[in-house]
Order: sequence, then structure tokens, then C-alpha cells
Amino acid sequence: MNSPYLAQSSSVAQIMVKVLLALVPAIAAYVWFFGPAVLVTIALASATALALEAVMLKLRKKPVKPYLLDGSALLTAWLLALSIPPMGPWWMIVTGTAFAIVIAKHLYGGLGSNPFNPAMVGYAVLIISFPVQMTQWLAPLSIAQSHLDFMSQIGYMFFHALPQGAQLDAFTSATPLDTLKTQLHLDRPMAAIMSMPVYGAIGGTGGQWVAAAYLAGGLYLLQQKIISWHVPAAFIATIFIASGAFHLIDPAHHASPWFELATGATMICAFFILTDPVTGPTTPRGKLIFASGAGFLTFVIRTYGGYPDGVAFAVLLMNICVPLIDAYTQPSVFGKKK
Amino acid sequence: MLDAILVMSGLALFLGGVLGYASIRFHVQGNALVEKIDAILPQTQCAQCGFPGCRPYAEAIAEGRADINQCPPGGDANIHKLADLLGVEFKPLNASHGEPKPKSVAFIDESTCIGCTLCLQACPVDAICGAPKQMHTIIAQECTGCELCIAPCPVDCIFMIPVQENISNWKWKQPAYLKGTA
Amino acid sequence: MRALHHFNGGVHPPEHKCESTLRPIQQPPLPEKLVIPLHQHIGNSAKPLVEAGDTVLKGQMIGKAEGYVSGAIHAPTSGKILSVGHESVPHPSGLKDLCIVLEPDGLESWIDLQPLDPLNMDPSTLRNRLRDAGVVGLGGAVFPSFIKLNPGTGKRIKTLVLNGAECEPYITCDDMLMRERAREIIEGAAVMRHMLHAEEVVIGIEDNKPQAISAMREAAGQSMEVVAVPTIYPGGGAKQLIRVLTGIEVPAGERSTDLGVQCFNVATAASVHRAIRYGEPVLSRIVTVTGNVRNPGNFEALIGTPMDHLIDQTGPLEGSTGAIMGGPMMGFDLPSTAVPVVKATNCIIVKSDALFPKKPQPMPCIRCARCAESCPADLQPQELYWFAKAGNFGKAQEYALFDCIECGCCSYVCPSHIPLVQFYRYAKSEIWAQEREKKAADLARIRHDLRLERIEREKREKAERLAQKSAQAKTAENSQPEQK
Repeated sequence: MNSPYLAQSSSVAQIMVKVLLALVPAIAAYVWFFGPAVLVTIALASATALALEAVMLKLRKKPVKPYLLDGSALLTAWLLALSIPPMGPWWMIVTGTAFAIVIAKHLYGGLGSNPFNPAMVGYAVLIISFPVQMTQWLAPLSIAQSHLDFMSQIGYMFFHALPQGAQLDAFTSATPLDTLKTQLHLDRPMAAIMSMPVYGAIGGTGGQWVAAAYLAGGLYLLQQKIISWHVPAAFIATIFIASGAFHLIDPAHHASPWFELATGATMICAFFILTDPVTGPTTPRGKLIFASGAGFLTFVIRTYGGYPDGVAFAVLLMNICVPLIDAYTQPSVFGKKK
Repeated sequence: MLDAILVMSGLALFLGGVLGYASIRFHVQGNALVEKIDAILPQTQCAQCGFPGCRPYAEAIAEGRADINQCPPGGDANIHKLADLLGVEFKPLNASHGEPKPKSVAFIDESTCIGCTLCLQACPVDAICGAPKQMHTIIAQECTGCELCIAPCPVDCIFMIPVQENISNWKWKQPAYLKGTA
Repeated sequence: MRALHHFNGGVHPPEHKCESTLRPIQQPPLPEKLVIPLHQHIGNSAKPLVEAGDTVLKGQMIGKAEGYVSGAIHAPTSGKILSVGHESVPHPSGLKDLCIVLEPDGLESWIDLQPLDPLNMDPSTLRNRLRDAGVVGLGGAVFPSFIKLNPGTGKRIKTLVLNGAECEPYITCDDMLMRERAREIIEGAAVMRHMLHAEEVVIGIEDNKPQAISAMREAAGQSMEVVAVPTIYPGGGAKQLIRVLTGIEVPAGERSTDLGVQCFNVATAASVHRAIRYGEPVLSRIVTVTGNVRNPGNFEALIGTPMDHLIDQTGPLEGSTGAIMGGPMMGFDLPSTAVPVVKATNCIIVKSDALFPKKPQPMPCIRCARCAESCPADLQPQELYWFAKAGNFGKAQEYALFDCIECGCCSYVCPSHIPLVQFYRYAKSEIWAQEREKKAADLARIRHDLRLERIEREKREKAERLAQKSAQAKTAENSQPEQK
């Protein structure tokens, strides 16, 4: 053994567990506003992720136990499950998770070596391959025309069967961002759109509270020093400034900046996805550039792109730039300050 | 049709011009290449490569008269460097030129030495001091371990002693941990 | 009050200092045998001046400084030289090195001591004295002090910094020295100030040593400033302390004298005082013996004292698993506890699994950059690790590998438990080895070229001589008929 002989009692597993813990409030809010289907999605994604992680570790001749217990596969599964519609068909969940774990993570070298955020790769594959299923979101319980009980939801996920007389449209709806895009296309005035029941005080009905819960979890991570302030601050600020500017110039076609922050995947991205250390830059300045870039791309894709939300593509596009960003943002060494 | 032909030939002329200019502008002086190859060679001057020293071997490589895998003291590490420099495939050391050995220095058993000066004439780096009928000795710091002094010695009083690890040349080892992790 | 500055990074490991400060500095009994290495300092090994069988006096020079960067070695007590040969020394390699083995006669008969009156003397005379007294930095770096006390012509030293920070866990030798011998330190600092013509003397002590601070304040009076600096590891690194006290950042590879600052350990100041005022060379030093022992404490140990002799005084406990020389952040495993105390030995920690649990298996780097946040040299340890592991040493140097002070903060915070510092040590020693090889190759090339030139010249001269001879012969032939 060599010095230092002392070590802080932290571990990769501990970090991952804290991040998982920070997601719990958001999951609780999700269940409260949209029903328990998301729990099934999370469970299925987790089981798939762990099983495939074990298989891949075996194939790559790595010790299974320490890696399986590091919690990274579980975190990928949770983030993916929280990014896709909660009542998606089982094969979609499995496909997305499999892509994330097998291709995005292990084929690139496993924990620590993957250049792209695995959960976002899984998401991107799904939204390109299954656009219909990926836009069937559960409507908030408070505004849904009818309810589907838990067992029937599971039935729909696994057997694609609905109970007699139930209509898919009655309990699903487009997301607030999606609705905004469609309605603006129909030339409806912004005020009228925002008064639709799918919108709450700031963001989407229900969804805004889930976003608030992500924010709370993120603040916990900041307090625990698991993440640094640079990424969430830069991401949120960029989205706020970009959307705020457009909102000021053209309020009829651009929602308020607060709306942009409280809808879609802004909050989960700011605190949980962009902050993935493996696929992000390591220097403080690099983090600011990386997160601002992701924020700007998110806004551009939301406003002009074909997809309702731009987070996944923004993250993946910025992931590509990380080595370059790191190389150009090396901080000056002690005594060699410019 | 004519447009296409004109465009293509114009393009060809332009690119040809660029390439021609580049080959003149970025021409690598033959000597510069020899210098670079010589800088990689270990300067043992042992002639195991078949040339009378490191520089002649470097010249031979530069002119394509010799292969890059003829230097046993340099070993595979140097062949890799030469392959990188010259942009050619790595090939393992050609065993007919000898095997790599741990770095050694020559030592003269002074009780047997008769002072014949034959080793002095053989040493490529003048690392042996002595005079006719005077006992010879090797300046260990300057000895490259080429072994060229061993053959001429009529009384077989020169030995090769491997360089021992000591506190000043000791190296920290690369941390080794359980295969598969990290 | 002096405005304090700040350096980035640093960590707060558990201190474990109270254990060894309960008792005053103890004088261990004379050991049966002293093993005195000739290489106890940065630079060239000292040249032995004695042979087996010689009798020596206490304080007699037994190893002479070789070259400029070197230090003299002295007999720590009177007695007989048993041998001069290779013995086990405290070095991470575990290899042997040249040592002088001395059997004390118990008489403690001194050489004639020659005290100096420094403040009326020329600094160069004082420097020669320090060189001959074997005074080197006792903080652990063991750099010959007389060199650091020679600022060079035209250089002005504004601040002389005395380092009493002692930031590393477990170590308390400087703390105890400051508590008990503050007077000596201050006197030594006054000599150093005179030698450097320094405008001010600032003594930095971490604020977890209130007793040392008050003792030093009392001894210093108005003449020098004793500053309590925040406790953070590695706040006692010379560069970090200079930064905290003066705001100046000394870049790697540059001398702090060029920036008007010079820094010495407090124990070095005390040994300067003894060497100048009493003529006593460095024969002993304060050593903390702690860890898995019953009565941890500090000892004034003669150089060459076998470490187990000191450990025996503290009452070793069950379950010991070897010993560390230095602190737990930067120290190294001793090949055995039989190795001698040297000038660099500030602390001996007896290890046990309870005190230093085995680290878990390393996991891959997840690029969390905690190492970068904790690095006091503002490096990017995660990048250096990557390059060192891949053997990409050129790139590692580009990322300022040699600015790394090996403080161990990065390894300490790493959640993947990667032995980062070990990778840097490995990369550094590989680079040094490559440089040595390159130097040797360059030398061989030059000598070979010179030889070829010489052979060429000899050939030419021979040819010329021959030509001359034949020409002479010809003229002789031609002139012969005339003679007739």
C-alpha cells in the first residue's frame, strides 16, 4: 500500500444512491398527479437494466458484484423510465433500456467510458422508432375524462388490451409542450392556449409540481455536493434568457420563460441528466459552456424542431463536444495564472 | 457535358498544383529524417544491426536499405517509435541480429589485464582508459554496453555486469490492481 | 493584522494529533548501534571520511558534502565505526544504500565546538558553516539550507516565511518543538533574516496549535509576526503557506527567492541556531512516534537511531502491520522498522488494520472531478490519471504533471478509490528514466562522433606525415647530385 493511507468514506455506489434518493420526491409527485403506472415502468426498466448489466459484465469478464451494486445501471433505468410516457408498452421500455445499457454504455467501455448519456440514447432511439407510443402520455388525473384502474393499466402495458368500452384518448393526452406546438400551428392565440385545462399556473397541470419536485431533489444534490452549481445554473439561465427574449419580442408565439422552465424535461435535465459526470466536462468553465449549449439547443429544438421537447437531442449533441470543451477550458495551474 | 469536363479538369489542375506546392513546401530534408531516426536509436554503437554504428544504420533506414527491426538494444519499444515516425507497420525484432538484454556495463578484471590496448581500439565511445602495458579500466558512466571490447581481449578479462537497481535509478511501479476493475 | 489569502482545494482529514502531544519531548536511551546513511539530503551523497575501526567524537564530520548540492554527515555521538557499507535505509524502494555504522561508547565526548557571532558576520561565512554542519530542511524535503540562504546577487528577499503549519495528520514534532523551544526557533530565524537581508519574518502556524502559537508569540515579541493560519491540508506545503501568508503563488520550477520570499521549516531554524551559535552540527531531530502504540509521543532521536528502538519506548501494541515514515497523506511504507532515523524522519506511524483500513477495490473513474476540486495545485488529476495510465507521458507533462506536489488530496477524495498519486509517481519516475536514457544516448553519440573524428584526423595526419616524408626523400634525392 502507498500513501495516502487515508480515504474519505465515499464511493461511486454512495453517489448513485444519493441521486436515486433525490429522484424519489419527483416520483412521488408523478404518482400523485398521474397515477401509479410510472412505478411499473420504473420497475420494468430497472429489472431489465440490472439483468442486462449483469450479462454484459459477464461477457466483458468484469467482476459482476461491485459493478452491479454501484447503482449506475439503476440510475440509467430510472432516468429513462421518467423520460418516457408512463404507460408505454413493455417492449418499448425494454428496448429503450437495452439500448441504453448494452449499446450506449457497455459497448463504449462501461461505467466511466461512455461518451453519450445512456438514458438519453435510449430515449432518442425510442422517439425515433416509436413516435406514436412515445407521445401517448397519461393525462393528469384531475383533468382526464376517465380513469383506468391500476390493473387495467398494467394490462394495457403488457397485453395492449383495454377494458371494454375504454377509449385510449379518454385518459391520454399530448404533453403541454406538444399541445402548445400544435395549437400555435393552428394559429390560436397564446392566451387561449394557456387557458386550456392541460396548463397549470406556470407549466402543465400536475407536471409543474413534478418539475418542482425535481428542483427540490436537485437542491438536495447541490447541498450534498454531489453536483456543482455550474451545470443547472447555466442550463436554466440559458433557457430562461433565450425564451424570455423571444417572449418579450413576440409574446403571441412564444410562451413565458417560466413556462419553459416548468414544462418538459427542463428540470430533470438540469439536475439529473446534464449533471452526469461521465458524459459531461470536468472543468468549471467547461460545465458552464456545456450546459449553456444544451440549454440553447433545447430551446431551439423546442421552438423550431419537429419534436416537442429537445432535451435528449440537445444533451447528445453537447456530449459530442465534451472532449473539445475540456481541452479548451483547462484552468490555469497554481502559480501560472494569466 | 463540356461543362463537366471543364470543371473536372480545372479541379484536377488546381488540386495537382496544391499537391505539387505542398511537396516542395513541406519537403522533409533527407538529413532531417536521418537525425530523427538517429535520435530514436539507443546510441549503443554496438553494430549488431550490421552497420558500423547507430548513425550509419539511421542513414540506411532513411534510404530504405535497412529494416526498422534490426536493433536489439532498442528492443520493441524503439521499433514502435520508428514505425510511428516512418508511418510503417510495426514488426517484431529480427532475432538474427541478437536478443535484447538487460542494460549492462563492461568490467575489466584488472588482475588479468595485460594492457594490450586492443579493447581501447574496439570501444566505439572511448570509454576505456589505459595505455600500452598499463592496466585498463572502464568508465562505467560512459559505457554503452555494446560488448565490442569482449571479442578482441586476448586474455578474456572483460565481463558484462548488468546494471543493478539502486536508490537513484529506482522507479515507482505502475499501480497494479485486480484485473477487470477500473 | 495581516490579510490572509487562500489557495484552492485542500481537504480535512481526521487530525489524530492530540495522541502524541500529551507528553513533553522525551530523550530516548542511547541505542546500541547507530546506522547513519550518507545520503540524507537532496543532492549528491556525502563522501565517507572514516573507515571501520576508527573512533569518532560526537559531532565529528564522518561524511563530506560532495559538490554544491549536498550535505555533510556527522557522528551523532562518540564511539567506534563498525563498518561502512550498504544497509537498509528508509526509502520507498526498500533498497540498501551506503551507511556508516557506529557503536556508541556512551561517553558523549564532543569535538571542540566553535560558536559564531552571526549578526556581525558575512553571510557567506555563515553559509559555509551551515554546509559543514549538515543543516538541511527538516520539514521533510531535506534540501541543503545554505543554498536556500544564498538569494544570489541583486535578488531582494522581502519576506522570510517560517513554516510551523504542520498540516499533515498524526505529525506533531514541529508543534512540540514550538511549544518547548520557541526561543531557539526565533534565534535561528533572526540569523536567517540577517543572512537573507529579509525585511520581515512571518511565522505561519495552523490554528489547531494554540499552545505553539502562544509560545512562539511570546518568544518572537515585536520582532517577528506569528500568524495563525486556517487548518486545512496541505496548508503546510511551502507554496501553499507562502500563498496564504503573502498572496504570492510560486510556480513549479521557479524559485520563491525570485519572487522575494523564502520559506523554512521551524525545525530548520532551530538547527540553524544551534549550528551557528553553538557550533553544533545536526546530530538529532524531533520525531513523532504514534499510531498503534500505547504511549505515542515525541522523541529527540539521534540520527541513525533504529526506529524500533523508538517504537519500543512507546510500548507497541498487538495487531501492528508495519510502519509509515512521514504522515499518512505523503509518507511511505518502511521496508522494516529496523531502518534508522534520518534527517527527513519527522514521524513514524505504526500501522494497524483498525487505523488504516484496507481500501476497497478501485472502480473506474466517473469523471466526477472531486479530485480537481481538492487539488491545491489547480491540476486536473482525472486527466493526468488517464494519460499516466495510458503511458502517454508527453501529454501528462503538457497537463503539468510536474506541478503535482503529491499531497494525496485527489486520492483521498476519490469515490472510485483510484490510487491517483501512485500513477503520478509512476509517470514521473518513468519520465525521469527516459530523460536519463536520453542523456546517456546523447553522451554516447557525442563520444562516438568525437572518436570517428579523431580516427579521421589521425589517418589524415599519418597520410600527411607520409607525404611529407616522401617529399623530403624526393628533395633529398634531388639534392644529392648537387652534394656530389
